[in-house]
Amino acid sequence: MNDRLIGRAGFLGIVGAGVAGLFYGRQAQSWVSRVLPSEVGALVPTSGWRIYTIGSGMPNLRPASYQLAVGGMVERPRTFSLAELRALPAARQVSDFHCVTGWTVHNVHWAGVRLDHVLEQVQPAAAAHAIRFVSAEPGYQDTLTLDQARLPDVMLAYEMDGKPLPRPHGAPLRLVIPDMYGYKNVKWISRIELLPRPQPGYWEQHGYDADAWVGKSNGYGFRA
Amino acid sequence: MATASARNGAGTRPGYVRRFTATERVLHWTHATAFFALLATGLVLYVPSLSIWVSRRDVVKNIHIWVAVAWFVALVFVVALGNRRALRETWQEIETIDRDDRRWLTGRRARQGRFNAGQKVNAILTAAFALVFVVSGFFLWLGERDHRFLLDGAVVVHDTAMYGSLVLLTGHLYLAVLHPTTRHALRGMTYGDVREDWAELHHAKWAAAVREDAVEAPPVTRAPRPGTIRAR
Repeated sequence: MNDRLIGRAGFLGIVGAGVAGLFYGRQAQSWVSRVLPSEVGALVPTSGWRIYTIGSGMPNLRPASYQLAVGGMVERPRTFSLAELRALPAARQVSDFHCVTGWTVHNVHWAGVRLDHVLEQVQPAAAAHAIRFVSAEPGYQDTLTLDQARLPDVMLAYEMDGKPLPRPHGAPLRLVIPDMYGYKNVKWISRIELLPRPQPGYWEQHGYDADAWVGKSNGYGFRA
Repeated sequence: MATASARNGAGTRPGYVRRFTATERVLHWTHATAFFALLATGLVLYVPSLSIWVSRRDVVKNIHIWVAVAWFVALVFVVALGNRRALRETWQEIETIDRDDRRWLTGRRARQGRFNAGQKVNAILTAAFALVFVVSGFFLWLGERDHRFLLDGAVVVHDTAMYGSLVLLTGHLYLAVLHPTTRHALRGMTYGDVREDWAELHHAKWAAAVREDAVEAPPVTRAPRPGTIRAR
């Protein structure tokens, strides 16, 4: 073999692997994480998370004075303090969090209240078919259909991995809907409204799918 | 034997041999500066604890993207305006992993040229990672704007290239700044020339080629040969 081809082959090999990784990187990553001992994964400084915001900073909501307003097409609009939410039946679940940009955090421990339990308190009107979550982050809001919102593992979480929800993850309250990509899991919720039909959320206005099922939307799941 | 390496060797002050042309040095420092700026902003985007600390993610993200664009444009300018022949010859030297290099890489003693085999591997990987960063970064940017181009591996590839680059950078910085016998190389990358005795010790094959070249065509004092004018 020509000596010069050795270096060139190395160069092209790395570049080729990088291009292949655009399409198969996720499979390769999950294979590697199964093969490597879990201690290696623990060294990664992000624990797998990326913190995305759409504005210039993260909302800083004080848990003590926090009020969640639930209104729109409901019989009994009201607000909930964090203590009042904690007084409702607590729900716990362990689920995987998938971001549409390609990263996943496995086995996130959430604690909070089932969205259904909150809705019981306000009695949605019969004509209400959608529910909107408005974030304290200016401009960020997202809508689910009421059927989606009533899936059994949809919750308003106030704890993550055994600790009060950290600020980067939406303190003090965020939506968790594990079957859908992260942009549907609204952080820093300040207001919930019931609507007659869904409206496009922030990312949906930027071309992402409204029904953001993990692996079956936004172009994923169709290529296979 | 007037090889590229030998040509680069002559035309400098007594006791020193020229190792890098200005073009090569500008290219190196342009890449290094941009790399640190991209690493710093990238880590803020990537590590949650840094994200909280800085908090203005939108600003950091714009800086990251524009530094990347500036880096790319700067490299194109350096190549377009600089000594392209020197760059081409240097890349040919780097690509060539000869028998001595293979011996050196397997831990045996072997005389080395202007670049030892480790430097060649470092340069090849750095160049490959740069291209991988560009491609995966471009799709991260594009996928956010048009989700038909959303490739879920792009973020994995960008991260992997980052980890690979950090390993290379650690070794490179240690050898170039700290390690007593190798750090004289930093002078070569800064001023362009290195001590003859150091070249003899670490790059014997190159030093010999430089001597041979000088005997073949002794440089007239204060009038560098045509080949070295290009080296500026």
